[in-house]
Amino acid sequence: MSGIKQYLDIHSQALSLRNKKNEIIASNIANAATPNYKARDLDFNMEMSRHLKTGKLTITDDKHIPLMRPVSHKGVSFREPLQQSLDGNTVELAVEQMEFSENSIRYSTTLSFLNSKISGLMSAIRGE
Amino acid sequence: MSNIKNVFDISGRAMAAQLVRLNTVASNLANAGNIAGSKEEAYKSIKPVFETKFAEHAKTSGLATVDAVEVKQVSAEPEKSFMPEHPQADSDGYVYKAAVNVDQEMVEMMEAGRQYQNNIEVISTIRALMMRTLSLGK
Repeated sequence: MSGIKQYLDIHSQALSLRNKKNEIIASNIANAATPNYKARDLDFNMEMSRHLKTGKLTITDDKHIPLMRPVSHKGVSFREPLQQSLDGNTVELAVEQMEFSENSIRYSTTLSFLNSKISGLMSAIRGE
Repeated sequence: MSNIKNVFDISGRAMAAQLVRLNTVASNLANAGNIAGSKEEAYKSIKPVFETKFAEHAKTSGLATVDAVEVKQVSAEPEKSFMPEHPQADSDGYVYKAAVNVDQEMVEMMEAGRQYQNNIEVISTIRALMMRTLSLGK
């Protein structure tokens, strides 16, 4: 059973991170007109490598501190605006829309990977 | 609702806030050109105040939504014009036109509509992804 879990683990992790990132971008879009709101984003690569325990230095023990430590809480950090706005809001709709569509496509891709892995497993189980 | 859990909470509330904004625009445009007999009675345009909600969540999970917390009257001076023959004119023959900047309101309407659409787009995209996730492995 743990073999199957391991087999699907990376994609399930990626899926939940992509979902989290989508929700953060949804928050940014929701707050596109709120004065002084600061746009946030999730560093997917950093979170993923934290989960996979890879980084610039290999982690062999749970007490090891990963070298790529996120600066802020749980990998969520503020986005650097391309242009400052007068009301202190750093949401740029074009940027958010682009990020959102990219992230959705990547979510779909991960889903497809998972689907084909599962169907591969199913055909191996059935032995057809 | 004491907490925000998913994108439906986030974008749903944002849509409600944008709707308040659209309603204020509609009220302002409906009252543009109205004439009153005194400065105090004249219509002044109203604007919603947006505020980030669940900002404390934002520090940990990055999630936050928005609410139109109040609707404020803009402190603009109504336009005074001399129309002594007008039935509502004051003793000096002046009437007061509603303090509504129609161009500004039209821009506001377009922006609010755009952002409402953006939120709908987010919800429908995530809904489609959720539906695909539910049929995983089939």
